[in-house]
Amino acid sequence: MQRAALILLPWLAILAAWYAVHHSGLINPALVPAPHAVAARFAELGTGRLPLDVLMSTRRVLTGVALGIALAVPVGFLLGWYRQVRTFVDPLVNFFRALPPIALIPLVIVYFGVDELAKTVILFYAAFFAGVIVMYEGIAQISPIYLRVARTLGASDSEIFLKVVVPMTVPHMLTALRVALGVAWATLVASELIAAQQGLGALIQDAASFFQLDIIYVGIISIGFIALAMDLVLRAIARRLLVWQERLA
Amino acid sequence: MTDRIVFEDVSVAFGPPERRLQVVDNVSYAIGDGEFVSVIGPSGCGKTTMLNMVAGFMKPSAGRVLLDGRPVAGPGPDRGVIFQEYGVFPWLTVRQNIEFGLKLRANRRDAARRAEISDRYMRLMGLEDFADAWPRMLSGGMRQRLALARAYAVEPQFLLMDEPFGALDAQTRSAMQNLLLEVLRTEGKTVMLITHSVEEALYLSARVVVMTARPTRIREIVEVPFGYPRAEALHEQPEFGRLRSHLRDLVMQEYAAQARQRFAVTD
Repeated sequence: MQRAALILLPWLAILAAWYAVHHSGLINPALVPAPHAVAARFAELGTGRLPLDVLMSTRRVLTGVALGIALAVPVGFLLGWYRQVRTFVDPLVNFFRALPPIALIPLVIVYFGVDELAKTVILFYAAFFAGVIVMYEGIAQISPIYLRVARTLGASDSEIFLKVVVPMTVPHMLTALRVALGVAWATLVASELIAAQQGLGALIQDAASFFQLDIIYVGIISIGFIALAMDLVLRAIARRLLVWQERLA
Repeated sequence: MTDRIVFEDVSVAFGPPERRLQVVDNVSYAIGDGEFVSVIGPSGCGKTTMLNMVAGFMKPSAGRVLLDGRPVAGPGPDRGVIFQEYGVFPWLTVRQNIEFGLKLRANRRDAARRAEISDRYMRLMGLEDFADAWPRMLSGGMRQRLALARAYAVEPQFLLMDEPFGALDAQTRSAMQNLLLEVLRTEGKTVMLITHSVEEALYLSARVVVMTARPTRIREIVEVPFGYPRAEALHEQPEFGRLRSHLRDLVMQEYAAQARQRFAVTD
């Protein structure tokens, strides 16, 4: 009960601040739609295009993250495990990681066209580089003592991999997944700059052309809440899988 | 007594030829069947290197390390190794940690036998109330007992201990020493203990090998004339005190030599 109140409190504060700004007269109220107006628009779109937008965006994000993490886990693992490899791959990773996905859009369009593939490529790019860093930093910190212990107990190479390395990698995989999901949602609007008809990013851009501020708010809030919900689900899974850990992910 | 572990003219050096760092210099000694031998010397002198060669983590640059007459080929479940950092698997419960080795191909036991073995060692190590606890809930002493139980579970013939009680407080440490003696009395092993505590080496072992500063050689091998079982009162005996002073003198001299050397290196 008290916990629920504490969780709700900051949201209510934001809502109150929003109303305060709307009514303060400091900003033209037409530029700051009232929360209830946004809520009304939300309900209206909820029976209109919004479900499809949410579905398309979620599908793109999940596809991008799935592909990005599928590659980030083995690559991050190799980089974390083999120090020598890291020495010369590390600058590469940091070079590409620093490039904002939005800057790559023209090139992506040239090479991948304007269909779903192009959008997925952008999200994949963002998810991969976010995930790979988390993975290899985590793997590099694994203490070699566990491998030695397993070895002295008679473990073979494959047993060490399955029974020691994999369980030690799981926490880092889950963290990488969480970070990648966050980054992918943050990159979604950029990816949907590429000729998207549906999607939350497309919704926001369509609304921007007609100066429909309330719809822009609906789009932004939807992205935030879906990302939050996914993170909560992942955290619940992590808590289940990692009961042994000191700090819960 | 048959020799089980033999160091035969063993030398170890690291690094490229032009900047060779000699760590172990022509060391020979043997540990007999069921014997408890401690190796003592200044920190960083190369004691752990000698244990690592028996454990199979590294090979000598010259000479041979023999196990029952054969050169050590690599790590194996016949040699249980206990580390100062415990190395308890944090993602496994106490029972699962003990049973870890019993699920490996090298020493697989069926579920009933595994439970029997883990029950037995949890009882022996005083962990029976913590079978399903995660290691993070355990104290340092309990984690070390768990590491010992896990090593014992696969029935090694040798116990190699590298400063096993170094991270524990004085009371826990002495409790662990007595527990170790107790366990060894029921299930004898050939033990090599690396320690920097003169008191611990004397109290536990039948022989103490004192090593010099790096590159380490044998300074002296001291026979400990007390039989087993041993009890705390041993610490008060005059002969114990005499040996303690003697060993302490030797070790202090080598510590000083090692410290001078470190100074020379940083210069």
